[in-house]
Amino acid sequence: MIEISGLDIVFGHGKKQFHAVRGLGLRIERGQSYGLVGESGSGKTTVLRALAGLLDGVARVDGKMSVAGETLQGQSRSREFRRRVQMVFQDPFGSLHPRHTVDTILSEPARVHRLDRVEARVVQALEEVGLDASFRFRYPHQISGGQRQRVSVARALITEPEIVLLDEPTSALDVSVQAEVLNLLMRLKRDHGLTYVLVSHNLAVVAHMCEALSVMQNGSVVETLDVHQLRGHSPAMPYTRQLLTASLGYDRAAIDAFEEFG
Amino acid sequence: MTESPLLRVEDLHVSYDTPTGLVEAVRGVSFELGREKLGIVGESGSGKSQTGRAILGLTATGGQRRARRLEFRETDLLNADERTLRHIRGGGISMIMQDPKYSLNPVMSIGAQIEEAFLVHRDTTRQEARERTLAMLRAVKIREAERVYRAYPHEVSGGMGQRIMIAMMMIPEPDIIIADEPTSALDVTVQLQVLAVLDDMISQRGMGLIFISHDLNLVASFCDRILVMYGGQVVEQCRAADLEQARHPYTRGLLNCLPSLDRDQDELPVLQRDPAWLKSNGSTA
Repeated sequence: MIEISGLDIVFGHGKKQFHAVRGLGLRIERGQSYGLVGESGSGKTTVLRALAGLLDGVARVDGKMSVAGETLQGQSRSREFRRRVQMVFQDPFGSLHPRHTVDTILSEPARVHRLDRVEARVVQALEEVGLDASFRFRYPHQISGGQRQRVSVARALITEPEIVLLDEPTSALDVSVQAEVLNLLMRLKRDHGLTYVLVSHNLAVVAHMCEALSVMQNGSVVETLDVHQLRGHSPAMPYTRQLLTASLGYDRAAIDAFEEFG
Repeated sequence: MTESPLLRVEDLHVSYDTPTGLVEAVRGVSFELGREKLGIVGESGSGKSQTGRAILGLTATGGQRRARRLEFRETDLLNADERTLRHIRGGGISMIMQDPKYSLNPVMSIGAQIEEAFLVHRDTTRQEARERTLAMLRAVKIREAERVYRAYPHEVSGGMGQRIMIAMMMIPEPDIIIADEPTSALDVTVQLQVLAVLDDMISQRGMGLIFISHDLNLVASFCDRILVMYGGQVVEQCRAADLEQARHPYTRGLLNCLPSLDRDQDELPVLQRDPAWLKSNGSTA
């Protein structure tokens, strides 16, 4: 469904240039949930943005990317691609227009893609994410963080996409709300046969959602493993093992054994 | 604990008068703190940060704090004058905030900021302050202490910024540190390394720590004792090691709704909130 090879992404020029992604390759099957894991600055979000074509004029992107058989040209994307591939962002406060009602936020992508029955689609999308029609004419500041993230998911669904790119979709939420949103994402994936690419720093969330994952560090993939290897605590690479140890909680003795990976 | 506690909080309330009515952020919280690591966990809006701020009298304007008792050692914090409070803030009880980017002064060198914290609370010379500052930077495991001493906050990473905050809070040698989500903005490995620095200093110096966090697993593994807050009240308290046996449905719900690396489950149990958890007058043993 998604194939990436030799992806190189460089921000800036000359002395200030920053090589964010180096020779990255990924292969994601249709219907899979695929995790991209790493610490801040590892390049995981940049990969997602490059896939979505959001780095035009922002960074130099080289390498091959293809989605559902369509070879992507640079950072330009066809209208059909933009309908088929949607994105949900981390911050439910920053990613919804503060002066647009939920109704406007949800109808806009439907209108952009010239879909029919816009109103019916809006109502249906809200229902799918567990919000009743009374939310339609509210503004983002009138609803909670979890409800906002549900609206973001509804906005992604409205164009009937095949692939949804999820950038830390629950890291700004309380754990009880996170559980609700993760359950919602799992159900929508089953109901619509979606393919997910999930960027997260939380290994437990990735283990819960994904069948396979790549661990990134300094712009490269350190290791690709399936969920059983992750659950069995048997990654091959020391970096992944350290990340796994760290995610299990505070252990004074283990911390002294931490290495610097540069 | 045979020793008398460092801090006594009894029936603490914090409320805010808003145009839509009175908001009770903290409703009858009581606890004692000894030379130990006490975790306060809860979700956003549970009142955990408000509790921490109220101890130091940092409740925002428009807010009201009342309590039956609020004592730091022998000092009654409820009736202390500003002069006494100024002495206690930093010198007796200090606070580490979440984000070093906003808590450090951007136009003052790191060395000067740490020194200032020392000079305010000690009658001493600049020379000694400088030496103590450098020693403290080394104590929080900062390599090249001399270079960092001269650097400005924007020149250091988030993890180092938080170590600098710890150094600044530790240098007047307070008895209690209140840390409000001190490592939530950091990557996991850095987070644990910063906590190890804090942990070592607290146990070496025999201090008390109030660790405020939303991260149940982290608190359970880092602290000695835990208070679980919900709706401005402490709904459960237990030893950190016994958290798995927690009884309150809210605590159980929080534990269960976390995705786990070991358990494979199709659906996460969702927390069902019960209005009965919000007792009319909260109190704890």
